[in-house]
Amino acid sequence: MISPLEARYYRRRMPLLWWAHRRSYAIFVLRELSSAFVALFIVELLLLVRATARGPAAYESFLDTMAHPAMIVLNLIALAFVLLHAITFANLTPRAMIVRLRGRRVPSRVVLAGVYAGWLLVTAFLAWLLVAA
Amino acid sequence: MDQITLRVARYRPDDEETEPVLVDYDVPLRPDWAVLDGLNYIKDELDGTLSYRWSCRMGICGSCGMMVDGEPKLTCATFLVDLAPGPVRIEPLANFPVIRDLIVDLTDFMHKLSSVKPWLIRQDEQPVEDGEYLQTPAQLDEFKQFSMCINCMLCYAACPVYGLDGSFVGPAAIALAHRYDLDSRDEGDRQRLTILAQPDGVWDCTFVGECSTACPKGVDPAGAIQQAKLAAAQEAMKSLLLPWRSR
Repeated sequence: MISPLEARYYRRRMPLLWWAHRRSYAIFVLRELSSAFVALFIVELLLLVRATARGPAAYESFLDTMAHPAMIVLNLIALAFVLLHAITFANLTPRAMIVRLRGRRVPSRVVLAGVYAGWLLVTAFLAWLLVAA
Repeated sequence: MDQITLRVARYRPDDEETEPVLVDYDVPLRPDWAVLDGLNYIKDELDGTLSYRWSCRMGICGSCGMMVDGEPKLTCATFLVDLAPGPVRIEPLANFPVIRDLIVDLTDFMHKLSSVKPWLIRQDEQPVEDGEYLQTPAQLDEFKQFSMCINCMLCYAACPVYGLDGSFVGPAAIALAHRYDLDSRDEGDRQRLTILAQPDGVWDCTFVGECSTACPKGVDPAGAIQQAKLAAAQEAMKSLLLPWRSR
């Protein structure tokens, strides 16, 4: 139940393209959109696993599909979005996580360096796995 | 003397206006004048019917927040020379219903603020004769930045989540709840966490981060919300893995 005074309030609605009017909002929407590309990478990985399980013919056919120029372009776009997703996620970590060591607060920069060091370590391990294979 | 045009949103429901209109006023462009001084000039010299809130003129009271050229700003801390040559568009704070001209209704925030219990909660109050609850400077530093909030509502005006879904508790209320959660004298974390973990609480936030950018007092409400999310998730995991330990 609203009062007669409240009935005269002017209520504004957010325009449909609210995110297009400001750079920071646009970057935010791109970051949200990047989740779809992260999902795409996961789907591709699952398809790869399925093709591998089905034998050499299915695996070769999967590789052929992925080598199509359209797929390469799509995957390059996806890679750009996944990098945006990962980098913005990593950069926000120190604000979300307060880390304490021996009762002292670890400075944001050190937390951030830790996140990137961990990322680098996992990447190096995966690269080693690929090369060793 | 140089002049600058202030393009001010006027909404006068008494005059049968159904939506705001922009009205131009020319005011002197003085180096020491903030936008608020320009509005006061309009009120005193040009049109006494203009309505807006203000009080301290020194960034403490938090009442003069408005949209200046589309950005949420304290008008007492935004200088006309920085906006020259103009015209400068001045509108009421975004995401709130407009009562008249530049005045918005903040009732919604008042309800949300009290809902997160922003005060010291103790399981057992210690008797007055036992003295104060003591705190070290390090313990004070844990929450100090969050206590700088002046309830100016710039963060709500900057938050698209609040603009799209008015039921979201919002940045300042959560930052103030977090301020008490971090206070060594407080024992109300669980009570507040239960409120903040509700659907309209911290999980509505998608970390746009604009609340922290807009804050004129250097508070980081976006950080507070993510820290509260982490605490809520940790509590949920604990009660899942160690059900006998919780509550």
